[in-house]
Amino acid sequence: MSDAGTEPLYQARIPIYPRSVKGPFRNLKWGILGLAYGVYFLLPWLRWERNVGPDQAVLFDIAARKFYLFGLVVHAQDLFWLAGLLMIAALLLFFVTGIAGRVFCGYFCFQTLWTDLYLLIERLVQGDRAARIRLDKTPWTAGKMMRKGMTHLLWLLAAFWTGLTFTLYWDNAPQLIVDWFTGRAPFAAYATTLFLTATTYVMAGLAREQVCTYMCPYARFQSVMFDADTRIVAYDAARGEGSQGRHKVSRELKSQEQRHQQGVGDCIDCGYCVQVCPTGIDIRNGLQVQCISCALCIDACATIMQSLGWGKSLVRYTSEKQAAGEPSRIWKPKTVAYGLVLLAAASALGWSVGHQAPLEMSVVQMRQPLFVRLSDGRIQNNYELHLENKTDEPLRLAITMRGLAGAELDVGRLASLELPPQRSLRVVARVRWQSHHDIKGSRSFFFDVIPQRRRDVGMVSAPATFYLPGRED
Amino acid sequence: MGDTKAKSPGAVQTTGHAWDGDIQEFNNPLPNWWLWAFYATVVFALVYWVLYPAWPVGGTFTKGVMNDITFVDSDGKKVTTHWNTRALLLKDLQDGKEARLSREYMNKVAAAGYSEILGDAEMMAFTRSVAKGLFGDNCAPCHGSGGQGVIGLFPNLADDSWLWGGRIEDIQNTIGQGHLGFMPAFRDTFNDKQLDDLAFYVLSLSGNKVDEAASARGKILFQTDAGGCYYCHTKAGTGLKSQGAANLTDQIWTIADVNGATDLETKKERVEKVISSGVQRQMPHWSDRLSAAQIKLLTVYVHELGGGQ
Repeated sequence: MSDAGTEPLYQARIPIYPRSVKGPFRNLKWGILGLAYGVYFLLPWLRWERNVGPDQAVLFDIAARKFYLFGLVVHAQDLFWLAGLLMIAALLLFFVTGIAGRVFCGYFCFQTLWTDLYLLIERLVQGDRAARIRLDKTPWTAGKMMRKGMTHLLWLLAAFWTGLTFTLYWDNAPQLIVDWFTGRAPFAAYATTLFLTATTYVMAGLAREQVCTYMCPYARFQSVMFDADTRIVAYDAARGEGSQGRHKVSRELKSQEQRHQQGVGDCIDCGYCVQVCPTGIDIRNGLQVQCISCALCIDACATIMQSLGWGKSLVRYTSEKQAAGEPSRIWKPKTVAYGLVLLAAASALGWSVGHQAPLEMSVVQMRQPLFVRLSDGRIQNNYELHLENKTDEPLRLAITMRGLAGAELDVGRLASLELPPQRSLRVVARVRWQSHHDIKGSRSFFFDVIPQRRRDVGMVSAPATFYLPGRED
Repeated sequence: MGDTKAKSPGAVQTTGHAWDGDIQEFNNPLPNWWLWAFYATVVFALVYWVLYPAWPVGGTFTKGVMNDITFVDSDGKKVTTHWNTRALLLKDLQDGKEARLSREYMNKVAAAGYSEILGDAEMMAFTRSVAKGLFGDNCAPCHGSGGQGVIGLFPNLADDSWLWGGRIEDIQNTIGQGHLGFMPAFRDTFNDKQLDDLAFYVLSLSGNKVDEAASARGKILFQTDAGGCYYCHTKAGTGLKSQGAANLTDQIWTIADVNGATDLETKKERVEKVISSGVQRQMPHWSDRLSAAQIKLLTVYVHELGGGQ
């Protein structure tokens, strides 16, 4: 225990008070945030005309096993698309990270977006960085309690609306929201909303950069995809440090010429780049695992450099090679390979979605009994046909069979039946066939279901097996 | 918390007491997260005691408030009880979304005529899914889970031979009223030679190649009052449905396992055994065990098994 050099495994959080900044990257991030929130918070309210099914544009109906995505209805059998979507997402992450670094982390990740929103709330209620530090140091007064309380209240409201919005994707939004507040919604709706309220509040309000630094697996394995050509946010040490290092602005080191004469770099060590960093690192120390490439330090330094009239930001997007003055290239075997695989996966998914079968059939043999001898000596096998109509129109279907010469098909009075839109049905089919002395065991054949009066929906076939007594008498 | 961290790593606080000069006690306080989780469970328990059944009091117990469940018991009475999972299950079985849908469909099928049900794919699918359970609970012990029956004991319902008639109304009658299947034993009526002759004739009815002279002698026994077989089986051998008498001209054997034998001698022996011992079978009536709607569903289900008539 008391060995020298043993460090505690627990690292207490060092409070971070990110300062606000203005600039092109900040504007870009606000734009992405607005777009993402617009989509996320408004999408459940978008209505969509359908012949059958709910009039909600995006609805994941677990109970009915159908996902509605605008004009597309994803059925349970189509769920392998989700696997395709996840593969595409993974490949896109590999592809983009290889070229441009942690773009996802810095601009699109939920953690980044919601932390940005929470920081905005914090700033509006408690003021900017300096005011927040001061507020945390003052003793608890009514005013401080009011400000802190108001911050947490607004955070909770934002978290709650986030959780509730997520819940709205799984049921008819206008109805569910009324049910939610009148106590008539299903338990799952309350549980989901409250769970997401809690996680949003804790992750974006309390844990923040610790999620990226300690919890997130992507943060760790993205660095594996980095190479010397990957775009990173980096400090231009050559220009910033000169030969004598950085120095604050002082009487002798006021103008750029004075500093250059004395070998001092352009960095005036104002600390703005550190203050704006949401993960609390100093970008001037080089590429670090905590850096989420949010590029706010670029904006910060640009602001300072502009006000001094010393040119561009000392922090910029570059690559290790570029920073060292070597040519840097984007299209390398690795990125090209990722790109091709990504393209292939996306095309395969697109093709599969575009060619969704409008009518499906599967056949289940009724095995108890496997076959029955009829009074005229023929053998009968029974089958259950599962028919599913994925179109928005009712389908008039004729059930036939082929492949067993002389066999009789009996589907009772359902030889021509109407299958309602977006519905599935099970129909029992009996097949009777003369037992042949030269055929023992089994014989394969096909069931065909033929849509009537529809040119756009083709015939669907499914294989089946006819079983005969193993031993002939 | 703050000052313990400030100390050098690895140093452990003591409680401050010293016994016998140098014996001290380490102080390893519980982590705060653990402590707060503990307090949370205490608060949880307090709320739980108020809401749910909790404390035994004498011969009874505290019932909790605001978590009452109302359901209809087996006598049709409305019962409101304190929270318990059994009542919750009963309520869900009665009021759940699926229960309501199922009831709705049940009413629809109960109100529909047979020909309406047979011509509607959705009602047929519903009937099959409900009747499969009814059949499994009530019929399968004898007739088998797929209605295949047992040769010699219970008729096969999956073929197209119907002892008591295969039309919808026949099947409904059979299920509702039950049947006593009876064929007298003829071991005292016929001698061995007559039994042989009769068995050959019966086998010849379904196309077996037999000794024609013996078959002709059997035919006389069958079709005259000497044997009297035709009373129930009719002169053509097709059987009277009203008596549940088997059709002897088809390929289906429900008592003697003729199809399971390869040589004529075994076939003859099996038929002879039935003639000499007779048959006595009983199917109970189900009208006072199953509701009219349930019998209706089962009727359609059984009708569909073999294709019906």
